[in-house]
Amino acid sequence: MTQRLQIHFARGEEIKYVAHLDLMRAWERALRRAGIPMAYTQGFSPHPRYATAAPLPVGVTSEAEAMDLWLEEPMTPPDFVRRVAEQLPDGLTLQGAAEAPESWPPLAARLREAEYTVAARGPDPAGRVAQVLAAASLPWREERGGKLRMHDLRPLVEELRATETGPDEARVTMRLRAGPAGTGRPQEIVAALGLEALAIHRTRLVFAPPSS
Amino acid sequence: MSLDAILPHVARPARYTDHEWNRVRRGPDEWDGSGVRFLFAYPDAYEVGMSNLGLQILYDVLNREPGVLAERCYTPWTDMEAKMREAGLPLFSLESQRPAREFDILGFSLQFELNYTNVLNMLDVAGLPLHSEERDERWPLVIAGGTCALNAEPLTDFIDLFVLGEADESLLDLVRAYRRGEPREAFLARAAQIDGVYVPRFYRVEHDADGRVAAVSPFRPDVPRRPRRRLIGQLGFPPVRPVVPFVEAVHDRAMIDLMRGCTRGCRFCQAGVVYRPTRERPLDEVLQAADELLANTGYDELALVSLSSSDYSCIEPLVNELTARYPRLRVSLPSLRIDSFSVELAEAVEKQRRSSLTFAPEAGSERLRRVINKNVTEDDLLRTAEAVFSHGWRAIKLYFMIGLPGERDEDVEAIVRLVREVQKVGRRYGRREVSATISTFVPKAHTPFQWVGQEADVRSKQAYLRDNLRRTRLGWGDPFASRLEAVLARGDRRLGAVIEGAWRRGARFDAWSEHLLPLAWEQAFAEAGLDMAFYANRTREPDEVLPWDHINTGITKRFLWKEYQRSLAAESTPDCRWGDCTACGMAALHPACAQRRAT
Ligand code: SF4
Repeated sequence: MTQRLQIHFARGEEIKYVAHLDLMRAWERALRRAGIPMAYTQGFSPHPRYATAAPLPVGVTSEAEAMDLWLEEPMTPPDFVRRVAEQLPDGLTLQGAAEAPESWPPLAARLREAEYTVAARGPDPAGRVAQVLAAASLPWREERGGKLRMHDLRPLVEELRATETGPDEARVTMRLRAGPAGTGRPQEIVAALGLEALAIHRTRLVFAPPSS
Repeated sequence: MSLDAILPHVARPARYTDHEWNRVRRGPDEWDGSGVRFLFAYPDAYEVGMSNLGLQILYDVLNREPGVLAERCYTPWTDMEAKMREAGLPLFSLESQRPAREFDILGFSLQFELNYTNVLNMLDVAGLPLHSEERDERWPLVIAGGTCALNAEPLTDFIDLFVLGEADESLLDLVRAYRRGEPREAFLARAAQIDGVYVPRFYRVEHDADGRVAAVSPFRPDVPRRPRRRLIGQLGFPPVRPVVPFVEAVHDRAMIDLMRGCTRGCRFCQAGVVYRPTRERPLDEVLQAADELLANTGYDELALVSLSSSDYSCIEPLVNELTARYPRLRVSLPSLRIDSFSVELAEAVEKQRRSSLTFAPEAGSERLRRVINKNVTEDDLLRTAEAVFSHGWRAIKLYFMIGLPGERDEDVEAIVRLVREVQKVGRRYGRREVSATISTFVPKAHTPFQWVGQEADVRSKQAYLRDNLRRTRLGWGDPFASRLEAVLARGDRRLGAVIEGAWRRGARFDAWSEHLLPLAWEQAFAEAGLDMAFYANRTREPDEVLPWDHINTGITKRFLWKEYQRSLAAESTPDCRWGDCTACGMAALHPACAQRRAT
């Protein structure tokens, strides 16, 4: 019988440039060093079973990451945390672990929103934010693979606020839609505001209740 | 401008940010308190450098030495280099993010000739004067080691001293000598007396009218006439806390070297000469190291490294024990011999995914294989293929070289025949794939083929193979890259100007075909008044002084010449490990060999 653990973790400045897949590999290695009996997938090339709620973009720090992890043999969450904590590289912090029933849908399927705090620079942040909130749309052009695509970012923005922290500097907080119905990217929102992001930090992931 | 302003705009920024597991990071006190601060500089991308076992060993050795601090840096990729130059940010160490020029010693690892322009580029990004003679004790000492250091004459303009052979001990001797704080010239004179150290500025090179080296002689009476390769008799315990990268390395796995050296005597192989003789690690040491290494890193793959893994005398018990202890561990065995024993080994380690196995027959015909002393029969190969496919592997990859000395048309035709025979075996087992990588032979210094000119144009042979192996997946080396490698691998000091000229014209990362700039090199050759063909394609005279003759690898020129003559007669030479000692010269350097010579 495998056991499903839901773990919460933070990623700090030290390793904010580590790409998602590399971070996952670092997790696998830390878990192996800690002697955690990970469950493996079946098939031609078995790999440890885990699934994150939402990949963290390169350059972004977070205090709100979540991941499902399956173990071959059950462990108590405190025991798990104790053993893993000392095997984590600088910048990776395990905040907690809890058992989760197999019947719960994957975290990624339950994800609804994500909140960010961005240190930003640029002219009149508060004014730009007020304009965006009042507008019906926030057009964004993006080039991908040589193709120009137009998006409307406005429906992805649930909440947006700017607090000036100095001349032409502000702390922008935002709650963006995330998950199966579309995901807002903080970098794009800040760029669409005409601001430059100096640091982006994820503060919260909002999930739908497991039963719904 | 800070690093944080740059990193969001470059590819794989985590290559430049450290904090990897097991990296040795010291506090500012230790920085100030360290007598010698050593920066390992790898002249290729992070992903390549992080796969190098030698560097892991030396990082470990130096960081365990009291009063020494060792950090790492790799060549910034071209996007990063541009940003760093724009921002005025000099080359820095990963661990403490300090500028390279604040270190006492910069140590380059030379594993491949096509990394040379990166050495210059790193010196330049670091803000150091390029030329050794422009740097006194106010600048870091710039040293280099690794396989290429045994003929690094083309780099003598830029490097203060070379570490020849195994550096585990000589690096310690060097840092201890450095601690005396002597002026540069005095220090170099002292260093030149350390076994395994070569200080090129103390040697005069004369050329004859045709450009060939006429003589190499020391300027000073107190330096050895022929600096020699350092050899360690007893291998140190393997590093069991290697740095574990975040960014995926080319070989992203734990590594243990089972043994050093290989005496099979393939005549094209430089490693087979310059790492002689074979020295094995005891089985229990390998197992203990494996336990610690896996516990300390969390890797799910362990490579048992050696020049010929199947030749390690305890390989079978080792593999069985490892797979019993670690059922999920992937054990990889690079460089497998072509025989069914190797297939059994591979079978033991790859219980699950049997995707592909790689073998290197090197030449198509048995005659040519005798010429290069790769003594494998067609029967061996076909039987091995049979074993591979019958045990469920889906693919075989074969390595061949073209342009080998004494190669005739029928030898190239034999490659086609051999590939087809292997395919025939494959067809009996359903859909099995046979692919081939065909590279151009590059003659190397210190090998029996050091006199041989590289074939100038192998295009017709490539075309022939392409036409006749239409349904086979073929890989090719870049022709200009092989030619450049052939030039630099047997170059002399005059090539320093060419390397510099090419670098000034933008050459760097020459080992990456997308960055290789043939025109920059051709212009640099023209500017220096030198000819690529002189270095690459010219067959050397029997009595010619070769630019690397004054470097003593322990293997005598007489032995190499004898081997060359035997190759011309297509005569094979047996491995001294199983057969008689063939008197390669190691007896003067290695007690075990001396004993065998005596009996
Ligand atoms: S001296 Fe003899 S035994 Fe030693 S490596 Fe050379 S050939 Fe082999």
